[in-house]
Amino acid sequence: MSNIPYILEERPDTGLNNSKLGIWIFIASEIMLFGGLFSAYVFLRIAAPEGDFAYWGSKLNIPMATFNTLVLITSSVTMVMSWASLKMQQFDKYKMYLGITILCGLAFLVVKYFEYTGKFHHGIYPSSSTFMGIYFTMTGLHVLHIIGGLLVLGFFWTSQADKMWEEDQDLLANRIEITGLYWHFVDLVWIFLFPILYLL
Amino acid sequence: MDIPLPDIVSALGTIMSTNKENRNDHIEDIQHHVKVYMNVFIALAFLTILTVAVSYLEVSFIEAFFIAITVATIKGSLVLSFFMHLITERQAIIWILVATFIAFLILLFIPLISLTDQVSNW
Repeated sequence: MSNIPYILEERPDTGLNNSKLGIWIFIASEIMLFGGLFSAYVFLRIAAPEGDFAYWGSKLNIPMATFNTLVLITSSVTMVMSWASLKMQQFDKYKMYLGITILCGLAFLVVKYFEYTGKFHHGIYPSSSTFMGIYFTMTGLHVLHIIGGLLVLGFFWTSQADKMWEEDQDLLANRIEITGLYWHFVDLVWIFLFPILYLL
Repeated sequence: MDIPLPDIVSALGTIMSTNKENRNDHIEDIQHHVKVYMNVFIALAFLTILTVAVSYLEVSFIEAFFIAITVATIKGSLVLSFFMHLITERQAIIWILVATFIAFLILLFIPLISLTDQVSNW
């Protein structure tokens, strides 16, 4: 099927398969991407008039964001459960857990949609203040990552996964592990976005 | 197509890939992992509720910042360690992340150089 080496087996010199090494290097680049925005947040906050960030931050909906945090945490555990199910040769459970993960991702987007439109209805836009500028930038980029992740998760929920399971079980388990690493990273970013934007 | 690595990188990889005992592919091991995942999930949910509850307390910004970042760091560590299996991962990945974290700190603090800018005194 593929000429790419060391997809499943470990490469002797790195001790890792290339799939895992690749996704971790990608995650490292993502840390720098979001890191730049976290850095921007810190310096914008330092430079802002006293109380400005707290004032605009108070306009955000904490219960909705708390719900979304719990949804993403749930999606992370169902993601890792879908991988564990494959390792335990339980394909039906894999589909169920991956399905729940996708539903959680969609629920996150729906809540975010209501959050955004709620702001727009009150005349609050990214241009309204420095805080809102960095809020929409950071959460918007995070939403794009959720959408990207959902596309990949959706693919592995289709009949393509059934076919792959029949042809090469280890390959599917490996791909779900790699996809899971990305999904957990997206959860990890939200774990830090939530307190700095909503709670401080 | 396989791209050969320079010798020094290969040597480094060999040194880093020492914990080969961490290949937990047996079903019993996975079942044990599942219990750990559930415990981590409960801990994450509890810490989320805790950090929201603390945010309603009347504390100074510094205290609130310290609490929020500490809780977020604990939650992040749980996700990294258990869901992303970093606790049993090869050292090559740990070193990639250490290098990234150092680069992130440089990125975070490099704007402080602007404080040495003397333009405002001219």
